[in-house]
Amino acid sequence: MKKIIVNDLKYKYPLAQTLALKGLSFSVEAGEFIGIVGENLSGKSTLCQALVGLVPHFFKGAYGGSVVVSGIEVATSEIAELALKVGLVFQNPFTQVTGSKLTVYEEIAFGLENVGIDREEMKDQIDQALHLLDIYKFKDRNPFDLSGGQMQRMAIAGIIAMRPEILVLDEPTSQLDPQGAEEVFKAIQKLSKEGMTVIMVEHKMEKIAQYSDRVMLLHQGEIIDFDTPGKVFSRADLMGYGVNAPIFTQICKGLGAQNQTNALYPVTLDEAYAAVVKTGHE
Amino acid sequence: MNNIIVKELHFSYPIGGEIIKGMNLSFGNEPTAIVGQNGAGKTTFVKLLKGLLLPTDGEIIICGHNTKNITAAELAKYIGLVFQNPNDQIFKNKVLDEVMYGPRNIGQNEAEARQNSLEALEWVGLSSKIKDNPYDLSLSERKLVTIASIIAMNTKIVIFDEPTIAQDYASKQKIKSIIQRLQKKGTLVLTIIHDMDFVAEAFERVIVFTQGQVLLDGNKQTVYGETELLEKAYLEQPHVTQLCKKLGWSDIFLTVEEFLRYNK
Repeated sequence: MKKIIVNDLKYKYPLAQTLALKGLSFSVEAGEFIGIVGENLSGKSTLCQALVGLVPHFFKGAYGGSVVVSGIEVATSEIAELALKVGLVFQNPFTQVTGSKLTVYEEIAFGLENVGIDREEMKDQIDQALHLLDIYKFKDRNPFDLSGGQMQRMAIAGIIAMRPEILVLDEPTSQLDPQGAEEVFKAIQKLSKEGMTVIMVEHKMEKIAQYSDRVMLLHQGEIIDFDTPGKVFSRADLMGYGVNAPIFTQICKGLGAQNQTNALYPVTLDEAYAAVVKTGHE
Repeated sequence: MNNIIVKELHFSYPIGGEIIKGMNLSFGNEPTAIVGQNGAGKTTFVKLLKGLLLPTDGEIIICGHNTKNITAAELAKYIGLVFQNPNDQIFKNKVLDEVMYGPRNIGQNEAEARQNSLEALEWVGLSSKIKDNPYDLSLSERKLVTIASIIAMNTKIVIFDEPTIAQDYASKQKIKSIIQRLQKKGTLVLTIIHDMDFVAEAFERVIVFTQGQVLLDGNKQTVYGETELLEKAYLEQPHVTQLCKKLGWSDIFLTVEEFLRYNK
């Protein structure tokens, strides 16, 4: 079942002279984990905002085409209705935190209170989100007493507690230490396997390669490619779009070591290991 | 001469346990990355170096000045900090004014501050944007504005707080070349960072913090060879090193370039 259908989406910010998004068309199936990559100003964050309705409801400007999420047309629907279907985790958690709640628990409850969910159900959803992001022990802390990494986990928990059908994340692990980032990716992958559709913007290409079902390569507001990580990162012209392949792919391209199963370059540690051993570089 | 000497440093916030638990470190001119899991004490350590916090016990000497005997404003002549998020640092509405603000504040006269700021903007490649409003620039360019404003202050020490967050490939390369240029000029470059691949490319010495103490301190080859200790500190090796380990190699490579040079 298609969870996201985007058709000829065009958007220009107020006062801007060029389109930030130049006629994007694509669709995403329920439960897919999509990674979005591209250089700065390629349109990644704008696309995220268009999927959750901040474009065009909050950011005005010129808008054309259509975005349908969970069967709802974004441009003509109420934000409140959209918020039940699709959630956005901001790049900078400090931007997302309400600043009006005194504990992590209440901060996470904020979204749920706004949509009027039953109290018992709310407690259950908050507890699950706290455990999934491993911040249950901080539930009584003031959000502003958390470290950057803890706050980022709280920001993700706040959106996950809403149980959106579609989860959009803009560089969700930038503040986290490497193992913390890995844990958060695993938690999001679990949600995706349970049926949540995940759209993630990320500069950590190794993580995108490891966790995404498909990768969208954006450049100057256009989709250059939307395919498996192996196909997108094997492109010979990738650097021309300001994107470097995962480190494992760079090494294998340098060695001319391809996967045995397909004529693509490895994108993960395990694939790279197999390809390097096969070429006799061990 | 050491630019920074840290002696028996202890620090606690008014509420809660001890964050820095007895550190002894010294820094010359070697570009150094401080890594460690969230909550290891990295940010607190930087605030102590900048004189924004004072040691509970022990002392910090910055370019010969004990942070206990000098104001944070005076200390700013010796040590500059590039914020993680440029939006937290920028407040002027013209790029040149923004970059000149720091130099003027530490006592450079108008002409000197202008000259240093123009040079710094040339370093980061923003000479053509000196009259622009910083908020009309992309996030990467705004990051470069904040870097220029620190370079223009001509401090002996420059600290980068997570310099690669939200930066694409081209911007990372640019930041790497700025770090190298600062090093050549004799500036001590420090960073607190989670991006191990970038550390492997742009820094020489790596210090691992864990729970307010120094777990490892050495050149990057040695530190990144310590697989088990790094795991204990909640960190990982650079991706290239992970592949070497998986292949069972005794030689450790840290970057793609090194790996390919020895294996082609």
